[in-house]
Amino acid sequence: MKAETPIDANEAAIAEAKAANLTLGQTIWREIKGDKVALIALIVLTLLLLAAYTSPLFLDQAGSSKINFMQIYQPPSAEFWLGTDRGGRDIFVQLMVGARNSITIGVAVTVIAGFLGLTIGLISGYFGGKVDFVIMRGLDFLMVLPTLMLIIVFVTIVPRFTVWSFIAIMSILLWFGKARLIRSRALAERELDYVNASKTLGTPNWKIMLFEVFPNLSSLVIVNMTLSLASNIGLETGLTFLGFGLPESTPSLGTLISYASHPDVMENKWWVWLPASLLILVVMLCINYIGQAIKRASDARQRLA
Amino acid sequence: MLTFILRRVLVMIPQLLLLSIIIFLLAKAMPGDAITGAFAGNPDADPERIAEIREKMGLNDPWFEQYGRWISNFAQGDMGMSYVHKQPVTALLAGRLNNTVLLSLTTMITIYLIALPLGIIAGRWNNSWADKLIVTYNYVALATPVFIFSLILLFVFGFYLNWLPIGGSVDIRASDGSWAYFLSKAKHLILPTLAGAVIGTVGTIQYLRNDIIDTKLKDFVKTARAKGVPEGRVYTRHILRNSILPIAAFLGFEITLLISGSVFIESIFSYPGLGQLFIQSISTRDFTVVTALVMISGTAVIVGTMLSDIILSIVDPRIRID
Repeated sequence: MKAETPIDANEAAIAEAKAANLTLGQTIWREIKGDKVALIALIVLTLLLLAAYTSPLFLDQAGSSKINFMQIYQPPSAEFWLGTDRGGRDIFVQLMVGARNSITIGVAVTVIAGFLGLTIGLISGYFGGKVDFVIMRGLDFLMVLPTLMLIIVFVTIVPRFTVWSFIAIMSILLWFGKARLIRSRALAERELDYVNASKTLGTPNWKIMLFEVFPNLSSLVIVNMTLSLASNIGLETGLTFLGFGLPESTPSLGTLISYASHPDVMENKWWVWLPASLLILVVMLCINYIGQAIKRASDARQRLA
Repeated sequence: MLTFILRRVLVMIPQLLLLSIIIFLLAKAMPGDAITGAFAGNPDADPERIAEIREKMGLNDPWFEQYGRWISNFAQGDMGMSYVHKQPVTALLAGRLNNTVLLSLTTMITIYLIALPLGIIAGRWNNSWADKLIVTYNYVALATPVFIFSLILLFVFGFYLNWLPIGGSVDIRASDGSWAYFLSKAKHLILPTLAGAVIGTVGTIQYLRNDIIDTKLKDFVKTARAKGVPEGRVYTRHILRNSILPIAAFLGFEITLLISGSVFIESIFSYPGLGQLFIQSISTRDFTVVTALVMISGTAVIVGTMLSDIILSIVDPRIRID
């Protein structure tokens, strides 16, 4: 029988230590479990998402979206959990549809804007030098644009405005900060030995960026995307509230809140706009708490658990 | 130092130029031009005559010539005519600008009145119950969209409790210059100010808290303590002096937040400022006013950022890049 060489033992020890290392997902889960508020936020958010996305199975949406003048502005009752609006439509059904649309669009904008910011930030930081200089001067300019006003102007002048154009407009104007954040980290990363070693071996730049630098930035990206998901949902509903968001055919939570611009609805028919407002608050608060927990998980010095 | 300031001011020029070109091209993309607006609702207008006026006004010239005319007029204060209000844009803006500047000032002051004490308390006694309360407030404020907070304030204090006016900037019955006028103006400011300020404190509190926590463990603070400086004075003389200055510099960045906030707040409280005018103008397709407002806001942000950078470089020499 061959005796185990010390090198083998060493390798086995390394493999064991590696297996004991928590993945990012496990670290995040441990951090959320250790923080009661974040755990509650996660449970509440999961329930809300389940309710919003499975509601078409239980609720009669087509029937509820028909205008029925016999039941205008009914206060909440057993039949209409949250009452009805000026067209006699069930508010609760609209709330579920709105939540689904708002969250889906928030996710879409976050992912597209995140992708743009990540790509440009990574290129700028990884290559550095002249490339970085040019991109950064461009970003300096883009960062000082009055974003909200430009979104509203674009929404107004785009012909044949659809949900897709809205997502595109928001994504195009919301990635600047992310690019700058990613760039500053990529700039530090490119000085590290593993990048140099990889370059010496002749690995192409795109491979180093995608498979070596990017994984090291992933926690930063996840934290940033979670937090901006919350603010994107807030922005979308706010724009829809003002009348410059989703087209009429796609009701959002902001559509329900916009009924409050009528003083009578605001004062006497709170069930029309208040539930949607509170729902947005709860969703944003939950996402933010989860985001903060992920942020702590991604930085070993801040971890609570 | 002087070279830094000079360079920073020079950077502003291409930024302003680029901004104006983008806005001009956007304005061109907006449906209708100076003529369509003026003859809107007049079916008797002779199309040939309109074409003639269009040619005479230079609307058929290449875009860069039109841009040159537009920007030089703009710089001289001639921003065109509003078709909805039938008056020069400059006159229209002048009336609204005071209101927005006033609201921004009260909002800024309130933000600092709330954020400075809370940030100092949270930083000095971090992990105490007071700190936890302040951090929670910060989380909630961060997650609250300004339009929802405004609506809830309006609902509670304007409609339900009926304590404060629900819209406008002053009671129309109050005569100008009287005590009642001033009082009414102040009353109309309370809700819009709180709407912007209470949730606008996040950045300042967070910065101050983190900075104080970092600073209080530094060697120079230990030295101060070791030579017997009373704890209160360690904070006022040694720590705060370092931590508060950069906050003064963030003032310029706050302008961006105030501008986007004002669009929501002024619309909800029907406060007659620039933000409300922007929403009204874009809804009525009054695009000369829209263009002027976007240009002014963009310029305000560019100038604000520049001021911030300059103040920061004076306060913190490490940032200075020569």
